[in-house]
Amino acid sequence: MGIKVIYEKCNLCKKCIEKCPFVSIEIKDNKIFINEKCTLCGLCVKICPEKALLKEEKEKEKIDLSQFKGIWFFAEAKDGGISSVSYEMLSAAKKLKEKLNEEICGVCFGKNIKDKVINLIRKGADKVYLIDDDVFCEFKEEVYADALSYLIKKYKPNIVIAAATMIGRSFIPAVSVKVKTGLTADCTDVDIDEKTGLLIQTRPTFGGNLMAKIICEKHRPQMATIRPKIFEQAKDQENTKGEIIEEKVEFKIEDRLNICGKQRIENVVDLQEAEIIVSGGRGLKEGKNFDIIKELADLLNAAVGASRAAVDSGWIGYPHQVGQTGKTVKPKIYIACGISGAIQHLAGMQTSDYIIAINKDPDAPIFKVANLGVVGDLFEVLPILIKKIKEGGK
Amino acid sequence: MKIVVCIKQVPEGLDVKVDPETKRIVREGVKSIINPYDLYAIEEGIRLKERFGGQTWVISMGPPQAETAIREAISMGIDNGVLLSDKKFAGSDTLATSYTLSLGIKKIGDVDIIICGRETLDGSTGQVGPGIAVHLGIPYITYVSKIVDIKENKIETIRLMEDHYEVVKTNLPVLITVVKEINQPRIPSLKNMLRAKKIEIPIWNAEMLGGDQSLFGQEGSPTKVIDVWTQEIKKEGRKVEGEPQEMAEEILKELKKLGVL
Ligand SMILES: Cc1cc2nc3c(=O)[nH]c(=O)nc-3n(C[C@H](O)[C@H](O)[C@H](O)COP(=O)(O)OP(=O)(O)OC[C@H]3O[C@@H](n4cnc5c(N)ncnc54)[C@H](O)[C@@H]3O)c2cc1C
Ligand SMILES: Nc1ncnc2c1ncn2[C@@H]1O[C@H](COP(=O)(O)O)[C@@H](O)[C@H]1O
Repeated sequence: MGIKVIYEKCNLCKKCIEKCPFVSIEIKDNKIFINEKCTLCGLCVKICPEKALLKEEKEKEKIDLSQFKGIWFFAEAKDGGISSVSYEMLSAAKKLKEKLNEEICGVCFGKNIKDKVINLIRKGADKVYLIDDDVFCEFKEEVYADALSYLIKKYKPNIVIAAATMIGRSFIPAVSVKVKTGLTADCTDVDIDEKTGLLIQTRPTFGGNLMAKIICEKHRPQMATIRPKIFEQAKDQENTKGEIIEEKVEFKIEDRLNICGKQRIENVVDLQEAEIIVSGGRGLKEGKNFDIIKELADLLNAAVGASRAAVDSGWIGYPHQVGQTGKTVKPKIYIACGISGAIQHLAGMQTSDYIIAINKDPDAPIFKVANLGVVGDLFEVLPILIKKIKEGGK
Repeated sequence: MKIVVCIKQVPEGLDVKVDPETKRIVREGVKSIINPYDLYAIEEGIRLKERFGGQTWVISMGPPQAETAIREAISMGIDNGVLLSDKKFAGSDTLATSYTLSLGIKKIGDVDIIICGRETLDGSTGQVGPGIAVHLGIPYITYVSKIVDIKENKIETIRLMEDHYEVVKTNLPVLITVVKEINQPRIPSLKNMLRAKKIEIPIWNAEMLGGDQSLFGQEGSPTKVIDVWTQEIKKEGRKVEGEPQEMAEEILKELKKLGVL
């Protein structure tokens, strides 16, 4: 296994060395040498003008891929309803159906949610597999993983997508290992390759600075988690005629986790679902000044975010932190107040639709990603803005 | 109690630079560091030993130079380290990585707690931790922000979800993934730095791990990267400067345009 160099063909043009993203090709003893940094991405094989590089692949026992059919999406039950990201997943599934023309099936676990699940059908799902059972009252990664793996083994879908929320990111990896297939995390796009019919999964790494396209060729289902707020929520459709298929817990469940107590986090910080976020950084100078941020957020019906500097100073809790070690958000509007825009902060918010930044330093890096950059003192600008909004009403 | 912390060595920083001509990621002069999230995992491992006694290990899968990351962890106060390294592991996706690590952990033997970071800087999937737990057949808890107690083979943790905290209990052995809130990683001590310098780090290869050799590396990896490119996020922004009154006006106008007010 590996990249093989056919030395007779190689004329040492070094094109492979130039193009290798992982600096894994060097010249040793006047010969091309692939070192251990190689990730077998195969780019060198593609670009070698002499066809002197080959990727050795062993023929695997073939899984009959044709028996896998259907585009599945996982619908999260939340607070007695279906969470909004579920409708985003349905939209993603609809996009795939345009090119693949296979059934769209939702999968939902919960308690007493049958009358809510019907909404998935109204919005375009052809089928919904529902398991209504007490064991799903609490989110437990093992239990959810067992249930979804069971359904996948029973019905053999071609594609399974789920939202990259804390729930999705917690249990979908276990499902992929249980059904022995690949899983691509945090996709920002999914599409179907028209030639091969394969799922093309696009995802960012390094905080969005590096993008990759990933496929899962020989295993099924093809699985991906998709970032919230990338796809619009699916809308009601006319003439839908989907069916709800109720399944029972007739499979083995490992139920070893015990959830004993929950505590809501103050002024709801479901940052990933917020349309508008007002964030504060070290520029606020003191913890109590977050009141200005909270006041503006309340007026705009927005969630409150923060930079790591603000969190580490103890001004606000970690669940509010945006960035590389906090949350990745993509609201319609992100208002950064007194945040310099360090790369680790940008990693968590730079793909927001519209960014407004207030900073008194005209050279602050945040201005590089801001649609509207306001050079000014937040303690002067924000109170006036708040007053004006109050006067203007909504 | 035996505690194993999984760490990965990653290139420092997020601003991967790409040579615009060759499209190649510039790695020259870029330092390798322990994945920032894994520092919290290491710290928690050390603290657990301080609270409950036992023995701590770090394990990493990667090229030979990943040994430095293991030595760094030991200089923070971890007892032992092992590196899983073999050309056969090249090209591993999260399925193959978690399989390989699970074999390494089995080989260490009698492990009570496995601690992983929330995610890595370069992979950023958060999939390896849960994968290891499934391969080992043990329960796992993600996004742990506090370990409340461990007694009589039971662990009580607090985990962070999007808008709430939960108290989660389970039996040992368990795998947890931790978030930044859990602790403040310590600085290496001189004594441990000296120990880290001298200690021998065993390297286990594919053969020593045993297992199904076809599940390692690229062969054991269902996913395949077909393209990589860098992306620069550019906004066609405008910058305004002036009296606070005007500035507030500008923002207000923009919010109205965006349909918020
Ligand atoms: C491994 C690692 C992970 C990290 N993860 C994260 C992360 O997840 N999230 C994150 O945010 N950071 C993260 N950081 C930290 C990051 O590098 C920065 O240190 C942090 O984002 C800085 O926060 P800040 O912008 O609030 O503070 P500063 O950089 O101190 O910026 C404060 C800004 O406020 C402006 N200002 C001051 N007073 C006023 C005023 N009166 N009016 C207007 N503007 C004012 C200043 O001009 C300045 O630009 C991470 C760092 C590391 C090493
Ligand atoms: N090669 C590796 N060696 C050891 N631990 C790893 C490796 N890759 C991932 N991990 C662990 O799994 C966590 C999640 O990684 P990832 O799934 O790549 O985001 C990391 O924070 C580490 O604790």
